[in-house]
Amino acid sequence: MQSTTFEQLQADRAAKTPVVLAKNLRTGAETLLYLQGKKGTKGWPHEVAEAARAALLADRSTTIETEEGPVFLNVFNPPLRMIVIGAVHISQSLAPMAALAGYDVSVVDPRRAFATGERFPGVHLSHAWPDEAMEAFAPDLRTAVVTLTHDPKLDDPALAAALRSDAFYIGALGSTRTHARRLDRLRAAGFPEHELSRIHGPAGLDIGARSPAEIAVSILAQATERLRKRAA
Amino acid sequence: MTSAQNPDVLQQAGQWRRQGQGVAIATVVTTWGSAPRPVGSQLAIAEDGAFVGSVSGGCIEGAVVQEAVDTIRDGKPRMLDFGVTDDQAWEVGLACGGKIQVYVERLD
Repeated sequence: MQSTTFEQLQADRAAKTPVVLAKNLRTGAETLLYLQGKKGTKGWPHEVAEAARAALLADRSTTIETEEGPVFLNVFNPPLRMIVIGAVHISQSLAPMAALAGYDVSVVDPRRAFATGERFPGVHLSHAWPDEAMEAFAPDLRTAVVTLTHDPKLDDPALAAALRSDAFYIGALGSTRTHARRLDRLRAAGFPEHELSRIHGPAGLDIGARSPAEIAVSILAQATERLRKRAA
Repeated sequence: MTSAQNPDVLQQAGQWRRQGQGVAIATVVTTWGSAPRPVGSQLAIAEDGAFVGSVSGGCIEGAVVQEAVDTIRDGKPRMLDFGVTDDQAWEVGLACGGKIQVYVERLD
């Protein structure tokens, strides 16, 4: 690997930029490819850039055959993150489950009595207001955002920030009626329908979940579905 | 998982290089059957034989390090093929057989 390639790869990883290191296994030629733009594609068969994008979205490294030889696409995606708004009962189940599934989990709740280390051992906690917390976290394509407080003061600003971001999954807890009112408020705030449709509400796959742990399973399953099926 | 892949393998490679050591990087590029580590897994090797990371969970690292030291010396990338029969796999602690292909290159 050329040192310039190596340094750029390390810089991209530090900046949490999804990147593919493409390597022609016959010639040794290499390049770095990104989700957007033509950077790095010059002189490479056109199918390579497309395959690199698919590999990033599928989060799976692979080798493709081209006229110029086999090209290995090594995927370097930033870590999965989940931002949970509300240090509530469901969060206590969701946080450890999501951590097991590979997410770097943060729980946001300005109500200090809720977001305590005793209730959330080993979980990153933020007592900032959701809009400030979301700005600090800067959700990207590898981030899921889940709002669980039922309180518009806390949930709405987080959802608005999530909609303005590339978050791959946005889930909002609440009954169908609660969710309809929530959409009305966000509509009034200027979000168009196609953006509002990114919010999964009520959050979670319909598996008949009842207990907080079961609801956490349904939410994690839905986030997984969005993560793994979007490339298809 | 690809996302969490070897968070420190490349960092260690960079550190060795800054210290003036020759460094090679080995990457799993193909797997068949039940390979213990996924495609994209990496091992960084210093010219003195030190290594970090994993390409197989332990069974072929020794052979890869040997080839990597040669790669550091002559600068020629290598493609290594490893097949593990069910019997061997059992001995090295893998549940069943698998084959993996590892690309070894020098970090220039």
